[in-house]
Amino acid sequence: MQANQDYILQVRGLTKTFSGVKALDNVQLAVRRGEVHALMGENGAGKSTLMKILIGLETPDSGEIRFEGEDLTTGHVRDVMKKGISMIHQEMLLVPELTVAQNIFLGREKNGKLFSWLNDRNLNHQAAELLKQMGVNIAPDTPMKRLSVAQMQMVEIAKAISNDAKVIIMDEPTSALSDKEVATLFGIIKDLTAKGVAIIYISHKMDEIFAISDTITVLRDGTYIGTKPAAELDIDTLITMMVGRKIESLFPSSKTERGNEVLSVKNLSRQGEFEDISFSAYAGEVLGIAGLMGAGRTEIARTIYGLDKPDSGDIYVQGERIDIKSPQEAIERGIGYVSEDRKKLGFIPRLSVRQNITLSSLRQHAKGGLLQAKSELAAAQTVIADLKIKAASPNQSVVYLSGGNQQKVVIGKVLLSSPSLVILDEPTRGIDIGAKAEIYKLINQLKEKGIAVILISSELPELLGLSDRILVLAKGKLTATLSTDEATQETIMRYAMQP
Amino acid sequence: MENSYKERLRGLGKYGLFIAFFAICLTLTFLAPTFLTVQNLMIIVTQVSINALLAFGVTFVIITGGIDLSVGSIVAVTGIAAATFAHPDTYPVIVPIGMGLLAGLAFGAFNGFIITRSKVPPFIVTLGTMTVGRGLALILSKGRPISNLSDSFNFIGGGKILGVPTLILILIVTFIICSVILRKTVLGRYMYAVGGNEQAARASGIQLSTVKMVVYALSGGLAALAGILLTSRITTGQPNAGAGFELDAIAAAIIGGTSTSGGTGTMTGTLLGALLIGVISNGLDLLNVTSYYQQVVMGVIIIGAVVLDSLNQSTR
Repeated sequence: MQANQDYILQVRGLTKTFSGVKALDNVQLAVRRGEVHALMGENGAGKSTLMKILIGLETPDSGEIRFEGEDLTTGHVRDVMKKGISMIHQEMLLVPELTVAQNIFLGREKNGKLFSWLNDRNLNHQAAELLKQMGVNIAPDTPMKRLSVAQMQMVEIAKAISNDAKVIIMDEPTSALSDKEVATLFGIIKDLTAKGVAIIYISHKMDEIFAISDTITVLRDGTYIGTKPAAELDIDTLITMMVGRKIESLFPSSKTERGNEVLSVKNLSRQGEFEDISFSAYAGEVLGIAGLMGAGRTEIARTIYGLDKPDSGDIYVQGERIDIKSPQEAIERGIGYVSEDRKKLGFIPRLSVRQNITLSSLRQHAKGGLLQAKSELAAAQTVIADLKIKAASPNQSVVYLSGGNQQKVVIGKVLLSSPSLVILDEPTRGIDIGAKAEIYKLINQLKEKGIAVILISSELPELLGLSDRILVLAKGKLTATLSTDEATQETIMRYAMQP
Repeated sequence: MENSYKERLRGLGKYGLFIAFFAICLTLTFLAPTFLTVQNLMIIVTQVSINALLAFGVTFVIITGGIDLSVGSIVAVTGIAAATFAHPDTYPVIVPIGMGLLAGLAFGAFNGFIITRSKVPPFIVTLGTMTVGRGLALILSKGRPISNLSDSFNFIGGGKILGVPTLILILIVTFIICSVILRKTVLGRYMYAVGGNEQAARASGIQLSTVKMVVYALSGGLAALAGILLTSRITTGQPNAGAGFELDAIAAAIIGGTSTSGGTGTMTGTLLGALLIGVISNGLDLLNVTSYYQQVVMGVIIIGAVVLDSLNQSTR
């Protein structure tokens, strides 16, 4: 590769395989001094793997990394940090038991020499200075675990820039920030690039990408697609590059006849969460539920599914009044729930795709208590094919799947217990646009099969595009039931903001 | 309102141990007149000191999110190693001490080596080396106690300086050193980081394997110190010494507020935990409660301490 002085970081031919699956295949990247270089791609495109290799957390199978003309391929985390690459981790890699200052300088106290004295007063002083420069108001001796998510993210940012890095990788740095804090971050980025620091910026938020980046590189399925100046791209072209095909229409229309009442909820209340909620869900209908954070949407779903107990009110399934005490009973009654928190309530990471899919319906595949491997595998394979789950094999561990495919595994699990009502709670949170389109198609298929669907979502276009009716909640109370004709983003927001 | 309640619970967790310790001491003072005498208190601290030394090492390990079950066996191996070189008119007293400490550090470093190189959990590795260690002690001593040790060696753990038992002096010095390591050195900070969030520690450029190696070696070294002192105090190298000590040491650390999930714990807490165990068994002795009941009481206290800790966790 020609050593070009303009480029501070040059990556070529990078390949990395995880247990047989190619995460990166012959990927390249070239970053100039002082630019904001956006790295785009769907979840599972290989962005995170590429970044982990850059900072030395993973070693590539083959390929070349040059940083300021020097070879960096076999770097360890500390070498890489010393040379001047640092990263803002999406998962916010911080130690909850340590203080803000201790976290900011972790790994760099006295150059990390194990047997040397600490000077916390000095660390606190430096941290205070740094946070003040950033315009952030957090005391440096606060324990990390007392901070809000947004504050943690600011600390993660402080940690990355405190290193005097020449390249800073920012992986979804704004996911927990308010608009004001995003503005602060963008100000910091402007100062850094003016000093010649290069930023590699990863985000799913298109408006941010176009607001801040100079150059955009796109990855897809672990391969390099292209690099272009941001000014030459528009959103549609970029999405086409990322997805590999044009997404014709995210929300295909689907007209079905409304069937029987499947679920009816009367005067349901749970203290501090929701109050006097009454509604019905019908077969072959998507019932949307809108509301702001904390409006009580998830809490109602949890109560219907038997995860929480209502204080008062009644739940009727197929016209029969029932008392659901546990998710097991809910499943027996034909209720399925796809949680907003995939990782916590959705799947079991250690288990394979097959084991996760059949988890709720395992008894159907057992004779006299013994599992029938063939019938279990057949069921899993049907789901994998029907939902187009991309996995190396049914026995692959779920953790290696992309977010969208993990979500499909969870939905597949729910469908196998043949529900008559499916509650989807933020089913497309954190998944990319291609997988979103597939989930939307799936929701329409469920409805066409005569299943009653309750869709909880914070994305209004999604709710408007899929729902036949929309309930709006505000502070635990039902404020409106809107038909498709009445519902617009504005009307929904108006009812969602009501006291 | 809910917040202040949580704050209060958290506060209770923080000082609960101090409060419990002094409440028990106060109760015993009233119930058993001989409890609060200089002589009895010295007996308690002497009895506690061996366990406390082991518990300091185990605390380091548990803070990093690991566990060390082999310390009881290290006590035996290092005791035998020291006793072998401690006969009168053979080597100067520094040799048995050095051999014992070396054996312990090597044993601990071996634990650390296996744990960091393989992906086998520390529980399993140290369960294995616990058995290996016991076997080694029996092999080295040919299954027989080693007696006839020099007076200077027997002084280390059994003597007195200005009327204070050497064990107590060594305990105090070791406690201070361990506290300083934990609170004032980069190594100590890394222990909390590794146990608090291993991924974050790694991403911050900390070499996990080095920190873990050092921690297990430290635990081995402290167990060796305990082994040498115990051998000196009973003036015999016993291949069966220290059996079950690992559980008392872990109990002391846990009662002292070290979370088994890693990332928290202090030496002061562990010392207090060890003292609490000592005070209770001493008190129950003075009150003529049979040792059968003492075991039940100890078990209840261990579980109580962990329940308090988990209450503390859930209020975060």
